[in-house]
Amino acid sequence: MMEENKDTVKDVDFWATNSEEGGWNISSTDEGSQKMLEQEDEVTTKIQMGSEVIDDYFIDDDISDDERMILNMGPQHPSTHGVLRLQVELEGEVVRRVQPVIGYLHTGMEKTGEELNYFQGPTNTTRMDYLSPFFNELVFSLATEKLLDIEVPDRASTIRILMTELNRISSHLVALATGGMDIGALSMMIFGFRERELILDFFEKTTGLRMNHNFIRPGGVAADLPDNWQKDIEKILKVIPEKLKDYDEMLLDNPIWQGRLKNVGILTTEECLAYGITGPSLRASGYAWDLRKMQPYSGIEKYEFDIPVFEEGDVFARWRIKVLEIFESLKIVEQAMGNMPKGPFKIQDKKITPPPRKRLDESMEALIHHFKIYTEGFKVPEGEVYTTVESPRGELGCFIVSDGSSKPYRMHVRGPSFCNLQALPVVMSDSPIADAVAAIASLDPVLGDVDR
Amino acid sequence: MFSPDNIFTTTIDKAVRWSRTQSMWPVTFGLACCAIEMMAAGSAKYDLARYGMEVFRASPRQADLMIVAGRVSQKMAPVLRQVYDQMAEPKWVIAMGACSSTGGMFNNYALVQGVDHIVPVDIYVPGCPPGPQSLMHGILTLHQKIMDREINR
Amino acid sequence: MKENLEISIEDYFQKVEELKNDGYEMMVDLTAIDWFRKKEPRFEVVVNFLSVSKNKRISIKVKLNDELTIPSITSLYPSANFYEREVFDMFGINFENHPDLTRILMPDDWVGHPLRKDYGTGRIPVQFKNAPKVD
Ligand code: SF4
Repeated sequence: MMEENKDTVKDVDFWATNSEEGGWNISSTDEGSQKMLEQEDEVTTKIQMGSEVIDDYFIDDDISDDERMILNMGPQHPSTHGVLRLQVELEGEVVRRVQPVIGYLHTGMEKTGEELNYFQGPTNTTRMDYLSPFFNELVFSLATEKLLDIEVPDRASTIRILMTELNRISSHLVALATGGMDIGALSMMIFGFRERELILDFFEKTTGLRMNHNFIRPGGVAADLPDNWQKDIEKILKVIPEKLKDYDEMLLDNPIWQGRLKNVGILTTEECLAYGITGPSLRASGYAWDLRKMQPYSGIEKYEFDIPVFEEGDVFARWRIKVLEIFESLKIVEQAMGNMPKGPFKIQDKKITPPPRKRLDESMEALIHHFKIYTEGFKVPEGEVYTTVESPRGELGCFIVSDGSSKPYRMHVRGPSFCNLQALPVVMSDSPIADAVAAIASLDPVLGDVDR
Repeated sequence: MFSPDNIFTTTIDKAVRWSRTQSMWPVTFGLACCAIEMMAAGSAKYDLARYGMEVFRASPRQADLMIVAGRVSQKMAPVLRQVYDQMAEPKWVIAMGACSSTGGMFNNYALVQGVDHIVPVDIYVPGCPPGPQSLMHGILTLHQKIMDREINR
Repeated sequence: MKENLEISIEDYFQKVEELKNDGYEMMVDLTAIDWFRKKEPRFEVVVNFLSVSKNKRISIKVKLNDELTIPSITSLYPSANFYEREVFDMFGINFENHPDLTRILMPDDWVGHPLRKDYGTGRIPVQFKNAPKVD
């Protein structure tokens, strides 16, 4: 088999360049599937089959090569959640090997992050994981604040918690919606996005944008909550649980849904730890690890909520845990609304946060500070810092190296999806290709977070 | 002078243009953040079905419109072109969002600075991300454009 | 809660092995820093470990020599796979014994390592002059 392929490699370009559809040379992106066959040494195969940890893979020697097929899913594929590309080796209908190919959304944000100063930084990071923009802003702001060694006012941290937890709800809703759609429950798609609009409306009212808000900034938040914000939150608190019950009615006891998802794409705790999987997927595999409880940030330790944990580790558990987490987040939102402290919403340090617009007409000093911050930013002491928050997909970390100037010397974001994606071979291999889609959806990768 | 031929051709012309606008099926080409807004536009509250556009086709052969929603990286560019080439004529392209129109805030090595470097673009929708309303405005403008132009482009 | 260690490249693999036996179950992050013309040696690799049982973090920093080679820890922590590939792609650091050290984010035929400091941003100047007036 190896020999045959060596010969065909030369001819790969043929059908790509001479196709009738215009001669666009796609050889550079298509080499991969040929390579996959070449890489048959033991270690690589092991990684692609995900059998690093638990060796549950048996190769049937008498399967003929005719039944082996390499299938290319993506990068433009409706159910890979963006531009993920998978090379799948099939034996009949069973997935044997998987190789995720990523990078189709590489935006060079870490490089751009080195060019923007700390004040502009959240604009950049918020666009990474576009389903949970507030978390990205929060983790960047926390890192900067740690370097500056400042504490934000209580109101700011409470607003942060409020916004991030709402964001967790909206992100999980999208995960449920697209996950449902991938499996064939198309009404989930409509429902999920409908409820999400409710939250996005509140976001738009507060921050001015539906996504990519740049609202949480080093030193606090960009603006105060709008008037009568409690009303909107109350509406959210009232509507979403009702609708979630609808989902449960539709799906939870639905035998088709259960039969489709139970015992599919199992991840054990050991596998999760070995592959660095965090977030709902780890909790669905029976390990109660939530950074909100273990390594709290922004005063989230003051709130009362539970961490749902499941033992099964299958797709059903991962779906269920997201539903339950929405309820927990609603609890936090309710508490945050009840205990919203009064006071400033950003730290009163002229060097770090710009003065309010009104002051500019009155005070020359304010004008100078404003100008300084917006043109130059603020200087941050030398040092290195790694901060983490619990994003809807797992541990979101931000690593900043400062050299004392107003721009980060190196800015690295540890995206949870990037790490979680490595588990795809584990969840997909040795199961039918039809289950693969369910498995991808349950891991909930956001490609913006993977490729950055 | 009254000429029956003329009336006949204009009517066909109009009918063709009209039918093109009424069910313009987009190809799913969601790339980044903008894709989420595109999905939001397709679902309950904004409901692209009003324009006969709710069927996002996975296969480019069945699609008339490519909404490039999101940033196009250097690695994605050949794929994008491939999908565009596979679409059957007549076809249109909407560049949705700042990134696909101009590269947006990411002026760096990794991104194609504007999708018009690789495919011809009919409508640019500004915003980061453009809300579903903006996208719909872009789509309606495209409809207008189709209605105003010749049928053989 | 968080420890920082700096170790030499010879001890690196052994130290990671010790950590693994010590109960640091997860390797959460691996990245590099390029101190171009600022510090010698030029590259540093930073690895973050997390122990979920002890609720502790530890970060290891390794200074690289001119060969830019460091042992891969994929055999100990499978999660290092993508991270090492990313660092290889972005900084051009080689990981010995890595099973599949290829470019991960950039296209296969890309030249250069974008996150190095001597690699330009690739900015295309935006021209505002002579743009048609809008009125
Ligand atoms: S224009 Fe904005 S929202 Fe759209 S892809 Fe680019 S960064 Fe994301």
